[in-house]
Amino acid sequence: MITLLRTYWSTFLTGFGWTILSSCIALVASLLIGSIMAVFEVVPNKTLRTIGTVYVEIFRNIPLLVIVSFFYLVIPMYVVKINGFTAGTIGLTIYTSAFIAETVRSGIKSINIGQMEASRAMGMKYVQAMRFIVLPQAFKVVIPPLGNQFINLVKNSSVLAFVAGFDLMYQGNAIASQTFATVNTYLIVGAFYLVITLPISYYMRHLEKRLA
Amino acid sequence: MAMIEFRNVQKYYGKFHALKNINLKIDKGETVVLIGPSGSGKSTLVRTINGLEDIQEGHLIVNGEDLTDKKTDINQIRTDVGMVFQHFNLYANKDVLENVMIAPRIVLKKSEDENRKTALQLLERVGLSDKAHNMPSQISGGQEQRVAIARSLAMKPKCMLFDEPTSALDPEMIEDVLDVIKQITEQSDMTSIIVTHKMWFAQEVANRVIFLDDGQIIEDRKTNEFFEHPENERTRKFLSKILGH
Repeated sequence: MITLLRTYWSTFLTGFGWTILSSCIALVASLLIGSIMAVFEVVPNKTLRTIGTVYVEIFRNIPLLVIVSFFYLVIPMYVVKINGFTAGTIGLTIYTSAFIAETVRSGIKSINIGQMEASRAMGMKYVQAMRFIVLPQAFKVVIPPLGNQFINLVKNSSVLAFVAGFDLMYQGNAIASQTFATVNTYLIVGAFYLVITLPISYYMRHLEKRLA
Repeated sequence: MAMIEFRNVQKYYGKFHALKNINLKIDKGETVVLIGPSGSGKSTLVRTINGLEDIQEGHLIVNGEDLTDKKTDINQIRTDVGMVFQHFNLYANKDVLENVMIAPRIVLKKSEDENRKTALQLLERVGLSDKAHNMPSQISGGQEQRVAIARSLAMKPKCMLFDEPTSALDPEMIEDVLDVIKQITEQSDMTSIIVTHKMWFAQEVANRVIFLDDGQIIEDRKTNEFFEHPENERTRKFLSKILGH
């Protein structure tokens, strides 16, 4: 295993780098889109509410691989040429944002309606009340499930391997088929994923404790 | 001049007729107490005044603006109409001082120094200067409600709505809160509308008492007349029940 790691060190690292990059972009983007969709789902405005609900119900209920394939195969045919990494990251973002939307929405719903009413009664606009009063409380409530979503996101980024996204899984597949050292290769790949996911796990737990 | 005017107001929750043909004028500077059995529509009536509840028919004019007019900016009206809730509703993610300062900062765009000065003065007025940096969860219900009052006053409202401000409080806390409310109604020219079950308090602070039952205004009279010579049979029954305790 040490020899394998030494020989293919740079290949593993390249994969590791792409996985981190894809995960970071998808994490920030899906947190943003997910939060916006969560707010859409609870606003008084019916049109926005429908948009939020439809978005979540569609992307939560389609397999990630199908969404990613759509961006990798269909979009380049009709719209714009994008590479595997981009297609994979966009697919990952959209898919994850649907779950984050549901998580954040449940957080918003758990906050007493009186918080919103008091904010509005003081003359705050709906968006201000959400931003300054309701959402900060909602996020605090959903830190543990949000952590799960982040961890799932990192693991799901392995879908990039199917669309030539150069990520860890993709490099692992390449090394394994070249060396036939299947067991050792995937052990190493697994270990690299742990290097990303365990700190997230730990950090979310720390956040939960600090904010509780 | 009328601060608040209801003209033939009807309010429905689905099929339930919550407010039935309300006609009511409240002048600037008046202190009006609303009483009535639970479910009679007192809270609903008060909540229509700052638009937390909409109305289905009629007109509701607050500070010269018709709430049923689509062009009326409800947020503008809300800066002039403060509200104190039964369950306080302090912002749970902000400390006491921030609770008082946040709306003047983001709604009125008040300068930070002036805002802080006013907030500290108000906290002192409600007797809670020493709690400025506590979180709402760290203070008692009575203290929370006094902070909520300070929070409303920080907007310098022309009118205050008190929706059962002491109903969620332990008995020993009630007096502190009512003292603060009394002080406000007496020392300022603000218009106040208070929903309460405390009759002795109504007798002390109100210029006028309105009895509401089943979504209708049953009686609306000067305070001493209301308690000494109630005209309506239902008012008399309600008073005898509630004053007997």
